[in-house]
Amino acid sequence: MSAVITEPLATEAAIGVWRLRWRRFAHHRPAMTSLVVLALLGVFVLAAFPMIWITGIDPDATDLLSRFDPPSAQHWLGTDDAGRDELVRLMIGGQISLLVGLLATVAGGLIGLVVGVVSGYFGGRTDAILMRFTDGMIALPLLPLLIVLGALDLTKLGFSSEFAHSGAAGFWRIVIIISIVDWTSIARLVRAATLSIKERDYVRAARASGAGALYVMPTHILPNVATPIIVAFTLTVGRVILLESVLSFLGFGVVPPTPSWGNMLNNAQELVTTAPGLAVYPGLLILVTVIAVNFIGDGLQHAFDPRSER
Amino acid sequence: MTRYILNRMLQALLVLLVMSVVIYSLIGLMPGDPLDLMIASNPGATPEVVAHLRAIYGLDQPLMLRYWHWLLAALTGDLGYSRTHSQPVLEVLLPALWQTCKLMIISFVVSVILSFVLGIIAALRPGGWADGLINLVAFAGISVPVFWLALMMILIFAVKLHWFPASGVSSIGDGGLLDQGRHLVMPVITLALATTGGFIRYVRASMIEVLRMDHVRTARAKGASRSRVVLIHAFRNALIPVVTVMALSFGVLFNGALLTETMFAQPGMGKMIYDAILGNDFNLALTGLLFATLVTLLSNLAADIAYGWLDPRIAVS
Amino acid sequence: MSELIALDGISVHFHLGGGGFLGGAKRILKAAENVSFAVAEGETLALVGESGSGKSTLGNVVAGLQTPTAGHLRFRGKTLDRATWRQARRAIQIVFQDPFGALDPRMPVSAIIAEPLRILGIGTSTERATRAAELIGLVGLPRDALNRYPHEFSGGQRQRIAIARALAPNPALIVADEPLSALDVSIQSQVLNLMKELQERLGLSYLFISHDLAVVNHLVDRVAVLYLGRLVEIAPRAALFATPSHPYTRALLEAVPRIGQRRQRGRTIKGEMPSPLRPPSGCVFHPRCPKAADICSREAPALGPAPGRPTQFAACHFKD
Repeated sequence: MSAVITEPLATEAAIGVWRLRWRRFAHHRPAMTSLVVLALLGVFVLAAFPMIWITGIDPDATDLLSRFDPPSAQHWLGTDDAGRDELVRLMIGGQISLLVGLLATVAGGLIGLVVGVVSGYFGGRTDAILMRFTDGMIALPLLPLLIVLGALDLTKLGFSSEFAHSGAAGFWRIVIIISIVDWTSIARLVRAATLSIKERDYVRAARASGAGALYVMPTHILPNVATPIIVAFTLTVGRVILLESVLSFLGFGVVPPTPSWGNMLNNAQELVTTAPGLAVYPGLLILVTVIAVNFIGDGLQHAFDPRSER
Repeated sequence: MTRYILNRMLQALLVLLVMSVVIYSLIGLMPGDPLDLMIASNPGATPEVVAHLRAIYGLDQPLMLRYWHWLLAALTGDLGYSRTHSQPVLEVLLPALWQTCKLMIISFVVSVILSFVLGIIAALRPGGWADGLINLVAFAGISVPVFWLALMMILIFAVKLHWFPASGVSSIGDGGLLDQGRHLVMPVITLALATTGGFIRYVRASMIEVLRMDHVRTARAKGASRSRVVLIHAFRNALIPVVTVMALSFGVLFNGALLTETMFAQPGMGKMIYDAILGNDFNLALTGLLFATLVTLLSNLAADIAYGWLDPRIAVS
Repeated sequence: MSELIALDGISVHFHLGGGGFLGGAKRILKAAENVSFAVAEGETLALVGESGSGKSTLGNVVAGLQTPTAGHLRFRGKTLDRATWRQARRAIQIVFQDPFGALDPRMPVSAIIAEPLRILGIGTSTERATRAAELIGLVGLPRDALNRYPHEFSGGQRQRIAIARALAPNPALIVADEPLSALDVSIQSQVLNLMKELQERLGLSYLFISHDLAVVNHLVDRVAVLYLGRLVEIAPRAALFATPSHPYTRALLEAVPRIGQRRQRGRTIKGEMPSPLRPPSGCVFHPRCPKAADICSREAPALGPAPGRPTQFAACHFKD
């Protein structure tokens, strides 16, 4: 063999790309703090179970004689407008709100992912149609549309009246309507990333060997699109949590008696004058959660892109 | 360029048309039947009368046929009658639109000024304590639920401190500019705070990038004083992506306006649509939603055009 | 030597903008127009031309990345159709210009090299791994490179990996699209030598695309010259360099600075290459040609043998 190598190989050990990224993330103080905050929140909402078990409080039990009680040994944060224990409801409401956030993000994200990849990869007419459709969805005023969707009468769609008014229906309805409306930003992002990756030479090399869409998309496109997607998903969670809270607040999301941080603020005017504390807690929890999620998203952005400066 | 604009307007029209079909169908699925409500308030209605009314209002016809009738009427300017307001839809809609515009424009201006000031301050010394603080404020702005912010504002400024009125557009017996202004303060601040958060980060990022660019460094090397450099050279270039973002965030502004109006009981578009949906006022809700869609479409188009105009490097086609 | 791949009247037209909702002139970019040539087994054919000449487009057509608008390909004498297409994909591989975009940063080198085999469904995963190990040695890189990732390698090394990948399915022809242009000069000769050595060992053919005539001199058997998507001259290397037939070829050669030669004044080609969107009529070179006459603007010349040299062809009404 006469083709001699004259340059030495990089001696830095194959330090995984991911480990490098973790290091950068760890240097981003707000993001790290937020991770801790989110962990604490997780503990908080899950504490509902031991709490109920130990104290025997029933989160749905109304006691109209004890409305708006101030904090006491029995009810650490007092009672709400129907006499229910506020603290436990905050915890369970948190579970619901966070669960809706996660599910709707994943569902909507998947829709956006598929639309984006298909649109970006196939281009041409497929792309044109999908993008016109996406633009159309973006043009819709979000909140009014969600309200219309949230107010839909399920019985008119053929569901039984009993189901239509159940807590489960309310929960799944809001997950579904948010995900079918909120996928557009991920779709655009994924499409842009797909467009740029599609033209890379390693994709062309694969196509030169006869690779079709079904090979290229999972093998080359998705792994390389992972980075912006992860950031986008994280930021979407924050947005979705806010959407759910607004809808539940207006009465079109999670319906009482199932608590959610949004619908606990339902009787806003009443709360403000009678028990201001109750008006503060749910919103504060939402704020803290969403800020934490956003900081983490920011940290991820820095971790994945060394060029972005602090 | 003109061809591009015309093309886009045609597409926007198409989108509007499709959306009108979608919304029309969806509204039909809302709870309540307009006739049921009529019947409930008039116990004397016999089945024959009901059937007769149904025929008159065309409610016995299939969905697409009803839609077609509506479309034809709409194209001639007849957008129907608002049941809950007992007035033609346009007479309800236009004042509401104006009210919302007032709120949005003022909030937008305040928001833009605030975000430019804060964003530039942050960009001048990235990593400094001012930057960190402003960053935190920005994050809080985009993370806070608007309705809760409104609640807190009401709690602090109206209930506890009695500085500003908690709701309405004007006090009874007054109506002068100062009074209207007082009523607008909290809604504007609430809305502005919510939107400034997002803007600040763009202004800051844009300014930082531009301050580093070669031609700015050249200007500074030539001896231009610092403030001159900042204002003249950097500002214009930073303007470009920022303007686009701001115009495109019209949707966010509108959503915020809807909430703010509801919280502060202001009779704008947002509240009108909300009430119409709750009150089964189909015509009003439909027209209101379509108006909102149209405005969003137009603002996106305007943003695209402005972007292309501000940056001559962009080849529009 | 038998014919490996042949292009027969290949044209590639791209439709750009224009049209749409409200009409407007359709813009057609003629990247290649009626090009015919063949590459024989074991031969190296250079495709040279300036940017915009269509050489990369033609390379893409041969590699199966671009469908021609007109004309067809022949592979080993048979017209390329569904049946022969897969054989062709196995026998024709491609190496690109930019080593930094040619390898998927998420894949380890062993997977990158074995990828064509995976796509073509050749061999089990163990067999593919063995082949990758074999190939990494063939291109002069150590075995432990197999478990590493592209970002750990330099440009020249990446290009070697790309070559190894191209060799995986044991191809008969490699389309090399400016494989040296992005490399440092000292590395260029190393990679070039590697390519030469591989050709001798494995009996490869190359379709070597380049804008640099000097590089071409070392490796090739025949040269095809392109101008604005048209084939203007094709000849054996020695003949082309010694006695160019087409005025464009002559001008190209004279533009190459050679040490020891005084700069020839007044021999540069006047004007700029026209846009492929609006090619000149007749012979596309006529606006810049020192020999242009009336017929040149009316009638496009066909490719014909140069006077007295039957293996050299040029498309010119006044060829030397």
